[in-house]
Amino acid sequence: MGVPLYCTKIAKRFGREVEHEGHSHGMHVFAAPPSVVVDLCRFLKDDPELRFNFLSDICGVDRYPQTPRFEVVYHLYSIPLKWRLRIKCRVDDPPRVSSVVGVWKTANWHEREAYDMYGIVFDGHPDLRRIYMWEEFEGYPMRKDFPLRGYKDTYNPFGEEKTETSSSSLSDDQDNNSSQPGEKR
Amino acid sequence: MGILENRFPDNVFFSTADSIINWSRKSALWPETFGIACCAIEMIATGCSRYDLDRFGIVFRPSPRQSDVMVIAGTVTKKFAPVVRRLYDQMPEPRWVIAMGTCAITGGVYNTYAVVQGSELVVPVDVHVPGCPPRPEALMHGFLLLQEKIQKSHVLRRHDPESAMAG
Ligand code: SF4
Repeated sequence: MGVPLYCTKIAKRFGREVEHEGHSHGMHVFAAPPSVVVDLCRFLKDDPELRFNFLSDICGVDRYPQTPRFEVVYHLYSIPLKWRLRIKCRVDDPPRVSSVVGVWKTANWHEREAYDMYGIVFDGHPDLRRIYMWEEFEGYPMRKDFPLRGYKDTYNPFGEEKTETSSSSLSDDQDNNSSQPGEKR
Repeated sequence: MGILENRFPDNVFFSTADSIINWSRKSALWPETFGIACCAIEMIATGCSRYDLDRFGIVFRPSPRQSDVMVIAGTVTKKFAPVVRRLYDQMPEPRWVIAMGTCAITGGVYNTYAVVQGSELVVPVDVHVPGCPPRPEALMHGFLLLQEKIQKSHVLRRHDPESAMAG
């Protein structure tokens, strides 16, 4: 099969900024820092020889206790050329990345999901609200420090009691959230 | 029934009247067309021609205002619990609730941050039908148990703690 065209093209355009992380599950993986993710995505979509015109998924990963703690993973597909490709982007705590809604509109809900579950803030997202959980929900359930059974309340008598540390880390998160636009409170 | 309810003593006249009222109530149980998760598929199957709930006088109604049974068929999430409660509140009395499936009974495998650990915490439940999902036969059994319960209830007669315990 040899090296696919997009590998050479990415290497040529972005040099050392975007690292090739190997090949797994039929996909080449690239690691990009948050600053170039949007440029990389736009390049992959708009280049007439690559045409990655479909964003199949964006998901978050919590790598606690590693640093940088969070990771945003983009899965792309080129419908005309039948190529798949994965971009990984490590972000610090509190996590912030630029939104790719401007590149693929479908990123809107994927980013809302990552925000809802991991608290990853996407700068420039037109409407960053929770998508699964209700607005008043506290915390980000897929984070590793979120209790598996949630917090105790009337509907969930088996949940964990809220402790000092957990509630303070929650309020920290809330402070981070209230400073970003598009959040309705 | 309003002012007549639970006012009268246990005698031949009122127990006969009660049994007629209860017979008519239990013979026309109208559940809501309301399903939340995978159990709802089994509830639909129960209503269709192969299992045919109609022969018990059980006909699904599209509005809570016209129905007297609520089958909680599925996982009640915390986000959805207020809707379940509102649908229950919209039903005219007398009304009954069947919790269908382990999810509706205890939260089932979903012992998580998002699922109500038992619909009993949201609405009062009369019959629990276990299973994941319960087979249509099990749901029918649940309806028969509910009919039994209705047949035993006091409508015009006063609630008598002793006989209630014996019943
Ligand atoms: S009890 Fe089983 S079949 Fe029923 S809603 Fe829960 S998971 Fe689905």
